Amino acid sequence: MNYYKPATFDEAIAIASGAEGITRILAGGTDVLVQMRSDIVTPDTLIDIKAIDGVKDITRAEDGGWTIGVAVCGAEISEHPDLPREWPGVVEAIGLIGSTQVQGRATPVGNLCNASPAADSVPALVAAGAEVTVQGPNGPRRVAVEDIPTGPGRTSLQKGEIITALHLPPRGKGGGDAYQRFIPRTEMDIAVVGCGVNLRVSGQVITEARMALGAVAPTVERVRGAADALVGTKLEDSALDALADLAQAACNPIDDKRGTVKFRTHLAGVYARRVAKIAYERARAAQ
Amino acid sequence: MALDEYKPQKGGSELETDHQFKYVGTRPDRPDGFDKVTGRARFGADMYAPGMLHAAILRSPHAHARIVRIDTSKAEAMEGVKAVVTRADFSKNVPFAPGMAGEFWNILENVMAGEKVLYDGHAVAAVAATTPLIARDALKAIEVEYEILPHVTDVDEAMKPDAPVIREGAADKSVPEGMHPNVVRYHESGHGDVEAGFAEADLVIEDHFTTEATHQGYIEPHACLATLGSDGKGELWCCTQGHWYVQKVCAALLDLETANLRVTASEIGGGFGGKTTVFIEPVALALSRKANRPVKLVMSRSEVFRATGPTASASMDIKIGMKKDGTITAAKGEFRLQGGAFPGAPMEFTAMCAFACYNLKNVHQVGYDVMTNRPKQAAYRAPGSPMAAFAVESVIDELCNRLGLDPIEVRLKNAAREGTKASYGPTFPRIGLVETLEAAKAHPHYSAPLKPGQGRGISCGFWFNHGGETSVSLALSEDGSAQVMVGTPDIGGSRASMALMAAEVLGIPFEKIRVTIADTGSLGYNEISHGSRVTYASGLATIKAAQDAVRKLRQRAADKWGIDVEAVDWVDGCAVPSGPNAGDFDPLPLAEITKNMGATGGPISGHYEATPEGAGVSFATHIVDAEVDRETGSTRVVRYTVVQDAGKAIHPTYVEGQFQGGAAQGIGWALNEEYIYGPDGRLQNPGFLDYRIPVASDLPMIDTVIVEVPNPGHPYGVRGVGETSICPPLAAIANAVSNAAGVRLRDLPMRPSRILEELEKQQGDA
Repeated sequence: MNYYKPATFDEAIAIASGAEGITRILAGGTDVLVQMRSDIVTPDTLIDIKAIDGVKDITRAEDGGWTIGVAVCGAEISEHPDLPREWPGVVEAIGLIGSTQVQGRATPVGNLCNASPAADSVPALVAAGAEVTVQGPNGPRRVAVEDIPTGPGRTSLQKGEIITALHLPPRGKGGGDAYQRFIPRTEMDIAVVGCGVNLRVSGQVITEARMALGAVAPTVERVRGAADALVGTKLEDSALDALADLAQAACNPIDDKRGTVKFRTHLAGVYARRVAKIAYERARAAQ
Repeated sequence: MALDEYKPQKGGSELETDHQFKYVGTRPDRPDGFDKVTGRARFGADMYAPGMLHAAILRSPHAHARIVRIDTSKAEAMEGVKAVVTRADFSKNVPFAPGMAGEFWNILENVMAGEKVLYDGHAVAAVAATTPLIARDALKAIEVEYEILPHVTDVDEAMKPDAPVIREGAADKSVPEGMHPNVVRYHESGHGDVEAGFAEADLVIEDHFTTEATHQGYIEPHACLATLGSDGKGELWCCTQGHWYVQKVCAALLDLETANLRVTASEIGGGFGGKTTVFIEPVALALSRKANRPVKLVMSRSEVFRATGPTASASMDIKIGMKKDGTITAAKGEFRLQGGAFPGAPMEFTAMCAFACYNLKNVHQVGYDVMTNRPKQAAYRAPGSPMAAFAVESVIDELCNRLGLDPIEVRLKNAAREGTKASYGPTFPRIGLVETLEAAKAHPHYSAPLKPGQGRGISCGFWFNHGGETSVSLALSEDGSAQVMVGTPDIGGSRASMALMAAEVLGIPFEKIRVTIADTGSLGYNEISHGSRVTYASGLATIKAAQDAVRKLRQRAADKWGIDVEAVDWVDGCAVPSGPNAGDFDPLPLAEITKNMGATGGPISGHYEATPEGAGVSFATHIVDAEVDRETGSTRVVRYTVVQDAGKAIHPTYVEGQFQGGAAQGIGWALNEEYIYGPDGRLQNPGFLDYRIPVASDLPMIDTVIVEVPNPGHPYGVRGVGETSICPPLAAIANAVSNAAGVRLRDLPMRPSRILEELEKQQGDA
């Protein structure tokens, strides 16, 4: 195995482009190192990106959104002065990954690239409309977070491509988001179902709505009908019913040791309602 | 903290000896605390030796297969590989015998597979190499050809006529004819006429219950450092609950003289019964002998799950009859336990503990020990008892519900007391079940109102406790401090308890006493730290050894004063004349005697060895409040109270810790912990991600009440406390959850999906 610690993304991309066999990017290492120790993946090339300038910065973008460096860990996001207020759902989703110790290492971009359908931060990021910058041999491009995972453990990144930044849109007025997951325990667990909802309201009426579900399909699933079900409503019971039906219809889970198809599908409906209510209250309070 | 700040703790009952104690019953800081919080404590994996090799074990990926061929030549040829062992490198002189009579053969077969692999994770070969990575790579170079055989992992399936046979001839004579060869031991006990008893009942409930295998879940994986030379002499450092047992087993499996293998027990990161047997030590010794180098072997967590003992899983049928006034007229139970691919599932304990809390005219219990393609079960805290309590106490709860009776009153009405003929045979001496029930009834928890969606559960539990072979030495130093050498690894605070008991006898402060766990070369044979025996048996031996030293101290004072030893008393750490007639001498403190002991007759020490048989049985009553999220099936234990008879709490903080620990492990077992096997017979969750022990936020504050009904078999009244605390939780939690949900939960764990299914069935019925 070859280990590299490049000083620039260009250098990292050059290494990744020329590498043969299995390449892994090392940021927090909370997936990569565990997989190596457990003999699940033994990379031929390991590229540590923590020494690249700016990867640990959280900066306000020109449009009023946020740019989060790829080596920013969960704890830094949770303790940021503005992010938890603007994007509480995204921040609480990131904060659910692992333990307090893991939060000192684990990064949301790592969570995304690990491409687990149960990744906690991803449904919240998808609901928020977050994007990433993907840089490769052909230059940079902006990609929606929901377009990165393509299946369990698989991403749309091509050979030599690396994610170089995470972008949250400007929050604006009347916006609120939330994320919750179902786990058998109270923490340190993997989502049986995860649900992220992001709303905007004007007065009591919903004007924008996005929802995404985790652990109910091979990838985190954006529920595209959510806007149709919610926009124009005041989140009345009928709107919640419609949202829960949409959530359940979007489910394409598997039976495994963590939950059956029936159980996951049922929970998706329960969590769609619960999380939408929280996001709605937050949005109303943010006017 | 100054000693005079220690306040003796009064227990739940009047103990006539309370006023006599100066040190016993106080709460000094734990003697191992500093080492553990600073990292100075040396656990199994913390020992190193010059030239040490690192070992790794190749494990079967199949649940059941014949080993056609093992080719280790490629691994042996690798640079850095110093030894490879298979079954051929172990003794050929360990005899096979049916049932538990062949336990050493069973351990050998488990430590390294012979002709067949019997479960996913069964060891087939091992490597010692200069680095852990080389050892791991070498495992991949070992070629094993398997002929896969049909497997069975479920206890009821394993008893069916067409189930694959795991090993012919493993059944002992107790098994009735006509049973499947996988049934290897059988137990039957009871008294009275149960059918006549059921006829007298106003209500009879018969129900079926299951529990899954759960792992002891100790934080420290098994680890050892072994050295064995071609001269047959060896040294072994390992994390174990009983190093004399390790010595005996390893000697047998490797054809050594027992005394030539010196075994030292490391500090231990939890055992709970799971470290009462042997898994890796003979393998490390065999590799060391072959490589002629020290060998270190450390298990990974997944190896711990796949190849060390979880407890048995159980399938149980219970039938109990009750009159309208709450009198139990008859009780019957059938308990089928699987303990993996070897005899030993503790079904006789399950059967014997099942109804032990109650004074029954008519009781009958049957147990089956069944083999399956799973790892060899190991003891887990009161082995066999928690599942019995789950089944029995669930039925009693249901009877109380249907007859409209208070669950504590019904238990009090039927409770076993002094003089009761126990369901498993003997007549109880003084016991404390009634006192725990009275204390539970009086506890504010029992009368606290429940919120909507919450339910309350009550359960009693029983464990035998044990004495066992014990040897303790105590040596005084010239400065008046004392060292106590015990042979029972400290898995629950026993060093603190021993020091308190020695302090009580010697009359010197706790801080002047250091208790060490002696190695097998430094003390006589000691049975394992199991059966909640240590504070009882090693404690008794410590008291007697200290008394032996005090007798010698009194003799030195008598010699100095020129009077008879009978005229010298020992009071508060000083020799004093026994009365005015003995003479007028100033008190002679211990340190004054030891200061000159070299010149007055030589070193002063005390010793005691015995197999004490007066371990008092112990009972507990638990109260649990739980709430259920009816939309998700999620459960939360919101309040928990443990009431248990400790006989006499030597160090109450440790006793409370044992109570809380049993409850915490019980919460895991009841709600989420389970061994999950796929259709391929492989373990699906060999890690803490999907094997869900409770995390701190899953647990409520666990309140404790120490009841003290002294055990007549111990000088200070001690009863073992470590195991009884896990007997009631499964039932108490199941009763709380069932009462909260309005449906009876009969299968553990009560994971959310299972509760949701039961709620859906209830809605379907309604």
